[in-house]
Amino acid sequence: MTVSATVSPALGAEAAQARDRSASETRQDSLFRWVLLGAATLVLLVLGGAALSMLWGGRLAFQTFGWHFILSDDWDPVGRHFGAFVPIYGTLVSSAIAMLIAVPVSFGIALFLTEIAPGWLQGPIAAAIELLAGIPSIIYGMWGLFSFVPFMSDYVLPWVNDHLGPAPWIGVLFRGPPLGIGMLTAGIVLGIMVIPFISSVMRDVFRTVPASLKESAYALGSTTWEVVWKVVLPYTRSAVVGGIFLGLGRALGETMAVTFVLGNAHQLSASLLMPGNSIAATIANEFTEADSDLYLSSLIALGFLLFVVTLIVLAIARLMLHNLARREGR
Amino acid sequence: MLEHTVRWLALAIAGTTIAGSALATDITGAGSTFVYPILSQWSADYSAATGVKVNYQSIGSGGGIAQIKAATVDFGASDKPLDPDELAQAGLAQFPIVIGGVVPVVNMEGVEPGKLKLTGPVLADIFLGKIQKWGDPAIAALNPGLKLGGAAISVVHRSDGSGTTFNFANYLSKVSDEWKSKVGEGTSIQWPVGVGGKGNEGVAAYVKQIKNSIGYVELAYALQNKMSYASMKNRAGNFVEPSLESFQAAASNADWTKAKDFHLVITDAAGPNSWPIAASVFVLMYRQPKDADHTKTTLGFFKWALEKGQAQAKALDYVASPDALVKQVEAYWASTIK
Repeated sequence: MTVSATVSPALGAEAAQARDRSASETRQDSLFRWVLLGAATLVLLVLGGAALSMLWGGRLAFQTFGWHFILSDDWDPVGRHFGAFVPIYGTLVSSAIAMLIAVPVSFGIALFLTEIAPGWLQGPIAAAIELLAGIPSIIYGMWGLFSFVPFMSDYVLPWVNDHLGPAPWIGVLFRGPPLGIGMLTAGIVLGIMVIPFISSVMRDVFRTVPASLKESAYALGSTTWEVVWKVVLPYTRSAVVGGIFLGLGRALGETMAVTFVLGNAHQLSASLLMPGNSIAATIANEFTEADSDLYLSSLIALGFLLFVVTLIVLAIARLMLHNLARREGR
Repeated sequence: MLEHTVRWLALAIAGTTIAGSALATDITGAGSTFVYPILSQWSADYSAATGVKVNYQSIGSGGGIAQIKAATVDFGASDKPLDPDELAQAGLAQFPIVIGGVVPVVNMEGVEPGKLKLTGPVLADIFLGKIQKWGDPAIAALNPGLKLGGAAISVVHRSDGSGTTFNFANYLSKVSDEWKSKVGEGTSIQWPVGVGGKGNEGVAAYVKQIKNSIGYVELAYALQNKMSYASMKNRAGNFVEPSLESFQAAASNADWTKAKDFHLVITDAAGPNSWPIAASVFVLMYRQPKDADHTKTTLGFFKWALEKGQAQAKALDYVASPDALVKQVEAYWASTIK
C-alpha cells in the first residue's frame, strides 16, 4: 500500500494499475484469511459440538449417579447401576502398556532409519512400517485372538506367572490364570498397532535435523549415541513428544483390536493377566442392545469421559513441553 | 461438464424410481441377529416365489424393538418377548416365528460332545463363580465316568447385549434362586466371573482358545465349530442332548394357549425329552397399522414362512413352530391385527 505513495506522477498509469492490483490482492488476502479462519473454526465447532452433544446425551447418567458414575466399578444393566471406573482404568492401563512398548521401539526404528541404516535398507523398512500403519484394526484383533493369544497363554504367561508372580511389589500385577486374554495382551497388541504412527513421525522429524549440526558433533568426536542424545533429540523434542501423544491418542480410542483380546469383563483386578474392559470396547459391545434410557445415556456418558480423558492426557503433554521449554530458558 | 451433470441427473432419477417402485412391494424388518440367517433364506425363497422382497436388518433385539416402536419398519424381531402391558401401550401385537436353543459349550480335553452332564443349578453355580474347578464334587457326582481333573474353570459369556444371553439368564433364574437374586435376567447382565466375547462367534472363538472353559452359544454355532457341548438335566429329570428334536419337544410342551400375546419364555420346559434352554423368536407388528397394504404383505410372508418354510429352518438348525402353534398364531392374527 505504501508503494503507490512513493512512485512519481510520471508513472501514474502504472501506479493506478499497481493500486488496483494491490486492492484486489488485499481483497484476496482478506478472503483467504477468512477461509483459513473458517477452517480453523470448523475444527473447534466440530470438537465442541461433539463434546456437548455427548454431554447432553449422557446427562441422564450424570444426573442419576453424579460422581459415582466415575468412581463406581459397578456395571449392572439388570439393576441399572452404572459406574465407569472399570472401563476408564482399563483404557488407561492398556494404553500405558502400549506406550511402554511402542515408544522405545519407535525410537529405535526411527533412529536406525535416519542415522544408521544404509540407503538400500531404508526404503524397504520404511515401506514395511507404512504397510503396518495401513492394516485395519480388526485384522490386528483377529491376529491377536487367533495367533497371539495362544502364544501368550502357552509360552509367555506361564513364564510370567512363575518368574514375575512371586516378586515383591510388582508381583501382584503378574499373577493369574494364563487365559491369554487380558490387559497385558491388549496392551501389547495396541503397542504394535501404534508403533508405525509414532515411528513415522519420529523418522520425519529426525530427518529435519540439519546435517551441519550432526556433522559438527561428529567432527568434535561424538559417538552416534552422543549425537542422538545431545543433538538430534534436543532439536526435535517437541515434535517427538507430539508424535508420542498422537500414538497415545490412537491407543486410548482404539476399539476393535482391543475388544478382541481384552476380555470385555467389567471386573476390577490388579493383575494384568486378568480380563478387563475399555471405554471404547464397552461402547462398541453394548450400544446396540442398550434397552433402557439410563443404559444408553451411560454409554454416551462413557464416550464423553473418553473425550475428557484424552483431553487431560493431551493437556499434561502440553504442560510437560511448556515446562521443558522454560527450563531451557526458551 | 454438462454431459456429466446430465448423466448424474439420470442416475439420480433412476435411483429414485427404483427406490419408489421398491417401496411398493418391499417389506422391511429389523431386530434379532439370531433369526437373521433363516429370515434371509425365507425372504430369498419368498421373493423368488412371489416377487415380494423382505429387507431385514439384523441390528439386535433391542434395536428391533426400538425400530418398531418408532414405526420405521413393518416388523421387529426379538428374542425376548415383551409383556402384554408394554405391547398394549405401544399398540403392538406379538407372535413366535421360529424356535432355537442355547447350548453350553465346553473346551475340555478328551470330552466328547454330549458326554459332560450338567444340571441347571450346577450350571448356575459355575457361572456364579461358586464352582471353580472341573473336579468339584457337584460336577463329579453327575459324571462318574469322566476324568475331570482339577483344572480351574474359565467362564466365557457374551460381551454384547443379546437375546441369547436373555434366554440363558432366564433359565438360570428359573433354576437357581441365588442367580435370580444376585444377577437376574436381561439381554445384558452383570456377570460375576469370566471373559466376554462379542457375538456367538466371539464366545465360540474364546471357548476354543481357552482351555478348560465353558460358554454358551446357539446350537448352529456349536455344530459348525464342532464344539463339545454338555447334556442338560431337564425339568422331568432326564439328561438330554441339544438337538432339533429336543428343541421341538420343548416348544411342543410349552403351554402357549394360556400365554397372552404369546408372552412365554420356553426355557425349563416340561416334557421328558425337552431341551431346557430352548428359545423362541418373536415378531412384533402394529395392531392397527397405518399402512394396511404393507401389513397384509408382511402377514402373507409370515404365513408362508410358518406353513412352507420348515425345510429351510431345519437346514439352518432352527426348529419350525409346531403345527398347533402355527394354528394359534394364525387365529391370533385374525383376531388382533386389523
